[in-house]
Formats: sequence, C-alpha cells, structure tokens
Amino acid sequence: MTTTSGVTGPSTEADPEETTGPARKERWIGRQPLGLLFVLPYVIFLAFIFVYPLIVQFFISFKDYFFAAPGATVERPWVGLQNYGDVLQDPTFQRSIFNVFEFLIINVPATVALSLVLAYALNAKIRGLWFFRGAYYAPYVTASVAIVTVWLFMFGETGLVNTVLGPLAPDPSWLINKNWAMPMIAVFVTWKQLGFFILLYLAALQNVPKELYEAADVDGASTMDKFWSVTVPGVRPATTLVVILATITGMNLFTEPYLLTNGGGPNGASVTPVFYMYQKGIEQGQAGYAAAIGMILLFITLLIALIQRRLLERD
Amino acid sequence: MSTQATMSTGAVTAGPPKEETPHNRLRVIILALGAVLFLFPFYYMVIGSFQAVADKSLSGVLPHPDNMTVTNYQEINAAIDAPRALLNSSIFTMGVLLCTILFGLLAGYALAVMHFRGRQTLLSGVILVLVVPFQLLQIPLYVLIVRGYGLGDTYLGMILPFAINSTAVFIFRQFFLQLPKELFEAARIDGAGEMGTMLRVAIPLARPAILNAVLLTFIGPWNEFLWPFLVTKQQDMQPFAVALANYMNNVAGRATNPDGSNMAGGVLLAIPPVVLFLIFQKHFTSANIGSGVKG
Repeated sequence: MTTTSGVTGPSTEADPEETTGPARKERWIGRQPLGLLFVLPYVIFLAFIFVYPLIVQFFISFKDYFFAAPGATVERPWVGLQNYGDVLQDPTFQRSIFNVFEFLIINVPATVALSLVLAYALNAKIRGLWFFRGAYYAPYVTASVAIVTVWLFMFGETGLVNTVLGPLAPDPSWLINKNWAMPMIAVFVTWKQLGFFILLYLAALQNVPKELYEAADVDGASTMDKFWSVTVPGVRPATTLVVILATITGMNLFTEPYLLTNGGGPNGASVTPVFYMYQKGIEQGQAGYAAAIGMILLFITLLIALIQRRLLERD
Repeated sequence: MSTQATMSTGAVTAGPPKEETPHNRLRVIILALGAVLFLFPFYYMVIGSFQAVADKSLSGVLPHPDNMTVTNYQEINAAIDAPRALLNSSIFTMGVLLCTILFGLLAGYALAVMHFRGRQTLLSGVILVLVVPFQLLQIPLYVLIVRGYGLGDTYLGMILPFAINSTAVFIFRQFFLQLPKELFEAARIDGAGEMGTMLRVAIPLARPAILNAVLLTFIGPWNEFLWPFLVTKQQDMQPFAVALANYMNNVAGRATNPDGSNMAGGVLLAIPPVVLFLIFQKHFTSANIGSGVKG
C-alpha cells in the first residue's frame, strides 16, 4: 500500500514535494484541513463531557467540597490530600475494593471461558443459528433494571431457585447472604454481558487462518487439540480486549448493588466503589470526598488496563 | 482482507467448515443448554408478570389460566404513568441517536479518510474515552450539568454526557478505513468536495455500519440507569428505567402482587430493544469492532 495517507504514522514520511510551498502548508494543517471542521463537534463534546469534568474532579478532590442549598454561598476550603487520605483509610471504601476483586476473580475468567466456548460453538453452519444468537444477545440488549425484577423473584427467600434446591438452599437466601451477595452480582453480570463478548469472539474467529485448521487436520489433531493450539492463540488479541473490557465493566458496577442487593447489602457485603461514590457524593453531599474516590478509581482502572495489556500481549 | 470477507458473509457463516455430524451434535447440545439458561429468565418474567398471586412453586413455571391477570400492568401504569415514562426514554434515546449519527459520522469519516493536523492525538483521545467509563466522572458531571447549568429534570441534561457515542465513532472509522482509498481519491479528482464525497460516496456504502452503530447506540441510553437517575427528580421527566427502579424501591410494596408488578414493568422496559434486535439481528455483527481488535 502506497497511499496510506497517514493511517499508521503521524504524517507523510517521504513526500517528494515536501520542500515546496503548498506542501509545507499541507504538512502544517494536513492535506484535508476541512477534517478539523468535521471533527469539531466531537472534539467540543469530548472537551465538555470528558476533559473539563476530569479537571473539575481533580480540583474538587482537593477541597472540602459539599453541596449546599441553592443560592447559598459557602466556603469550600482547600484541604490538600486530606480527602485522599480519608478515602484510603475508610473501611467501607476498602471493603468496596475488596468486593470488586472478589467480583473480578469470578467474572473475568468465567466471561473469557464461556464467551469463547459459546462463540466457537456458534461459529458453524448449523440449523437454528439465528435462534441461538438471538438467545445469547437477549440479556445484553436488555436493561439491568428490567432483568433485576425477575432475578429478585427467582432468588428470593421462597423463590423458584430455593424451591428447587430445597434443603440445599443457602440461609439467608442468596441476595441477602453476605457470602453470596457479591458472587451473585458476578454471576448476574457475567450472564448479562456474555452476548457482547460472544460477539467480539465471533468476529475474532473469522480472522483465524483456515490453513492452520487444515494443517492441524493433516497432523491428526483432535477437536480439543485444535481448540487449544489453533483457536485460543488465534484469538489472543480479542482475549486481551475481552479481559480489559470485562474488568472496566466490573470496576463500575452501580445498578446491580443498588437494586439487586438492596444498596450494597447485606451490611456492605456488596458495596462497589461507584455505588459508594454515589452514596458519599450525591446522597450525603460530600462531593470532595466522592471526587477523591473517583480519581483513585480512575487511576486504578487505567493501571489495571495497562498491566493487563502488557501481560496479555507479551509474546 | 479477511475483514472484508467477514462483512460480506455476515460474520457467522464463514470460518472453518464443519460438516461432520457428531461435532455439530455436541455443538447443538451445548448451544441449546446455554440458550435455556439465557432465555428462561425472560420467559419467567413474562409468566410472572401475568400472575394474580405470585406463584413461586415449581408448577408456577407454567401459565395457569385461573391465576392470570393484567392487574400488574394496570398497577404499574397507574403508579408511574408508563406511556409518559416510555416517551421520556424515547426522547432521551432519540437525542443521543441523532447526535451520534450526525456528528459521529462526520468525526468517524474524518478520522478515517482525511488528513489533518491533530488527527493522531484525537484518535488516542477516543481510545482513552473508551477506557475511562462515564461513571467515574459522575460527580463533576453532576456538579457541572445539574448544579452549574441547572439542567436537572431536562432532556438536554440527560442527553449531554451520552450525546456522541464514542464506540459508534470508532465503528464508523473502522468501516471507512476498510473502503478502498481509490474511491475517495477518484471522487476528489472528479472535483467533489469533501462533503460531497462523504455524502454521495461514503455514506451510502456505510449503511451496514450505520445500522450496527444505531443498534449499539440505542441500548445505551434506553437501558441507562445511573445518569438519568441523578438528573431527574420529577417523576414526569424520568425515563422508564428510572421510574421502574424507583417504583421497585418505594411503591411496589403496596401493590397487590409486588413481584408481579415489578416484572410487568420489566417486560415493558425490555420489549423495545429485544424486538429491535430480533428484527435487525442479522445486521448486528461486531465485524467492524472486530477489525479494530485483531492484532
């Protein structure tokens, strides 16, 4: 390809007309400066909804910032790193971080394994394929709020699941049991998001060269052999993405602890950092404290994403 | 390239040909078991939403005509004004779709086929936005939009943080990248302006990508809970998801059949996206996302 027009690199590397007048101008604003106009609304949007709030959050997190009655002028003094110190020593915050890790340990491996196996199974010419695909996408396209209604019904004290389990049912029941609340959220989210990750793997499977399967056939490899030695390495980049996206989703749970376990219950056993941030910032009006939680979470999220990428892409 | 083949065949039918029946039988068994687990809660939600008295027994899994009623739907409708809540959800969703298609297409197009200063920086920015979730910025967004600009209980306040879906921008860009460069160069040589090239050459070709992005964008605001929950205090401005959550937490206890009326609300909230996906299922592939995924 000769005319990549900078898709891969930042600019034209060896343009023959580089030294002439118009080329110089081109190099400064680009060959199609109109592009700037095209992206302008999106850039303004990102600045307004992402960059500016990030800056505001950064500053608020160093203040004793709380919400006052409208119209009232209140002092919001700088407190330096005090919010950060308080957050890090806050037992509820520590608990929420612990809860997230408990969630991730269940959710991420289950998501990777199940979505890859199901995508692999879906990647064939079989009858009723549209039905299966539809079934797996259904939870993904449906609101958490909607699905929570039936989960509460099924997993309640006298719900269908406990009826079936009989004496094996946990006591107290799933969603109000301190040992089961967080794993239940992990199962719920795994189930709900699986369709999306199946979709990612289905696309990735198209990019595994068929010749590799044929070569494995010639070598007399079994289906399992082929799965492990051709498919799994073949979809490696997608696995990286699945792990990172699943982790990010897991770091940001709000609806599930709010509705499924009745506000992070029982006794904080399913409090998540984002839910705690909401409680502190919006419910209790301590925006400075909540902003510090937000900054810490941002840092952790980016750090984890970075580490996972390094680890998974190491070859 | 392989992605092009993916696009034309529809993502699923390609791949290693598997004609031997024993393998396919195992496949179908795994898939069928999974499908039961995935569909049962939906089935059970519908059944439960029509029960006059909540029936949690094993036989309650099947519909019993003598225990069937529409009271649950009437009760939740009376409590949250369902048509109004659905209208609010629709306005919220349509606003996001409109901005995403209009401005997202422009941005995706420019990021893919135009050469201008700052493009690389912006691209890195898009990736960063995809990684940093909106929830972590809820406090400053609330401070700015609700407290600062006074946009609480307005559609604009709801729409703003979601206005342009970055995933959709990414999908558009990946799609335009796959189109042959010669196409755009030919149009430019013919004297078509960038706007003309985009409108007459690129966008007609991009219809599958647009449909894909529309579906993906739709479920965002329609299902979103946290942000509209923060923005709306007045019930007549709440989207359905928020109204239903508040109903579950505060009102359902007084209903004849609390579980049933919750699930009636759940069914109403679930129907639009599920129907939409059943209709357009074939077009919903991640081939475009996927092309950005491969190493």
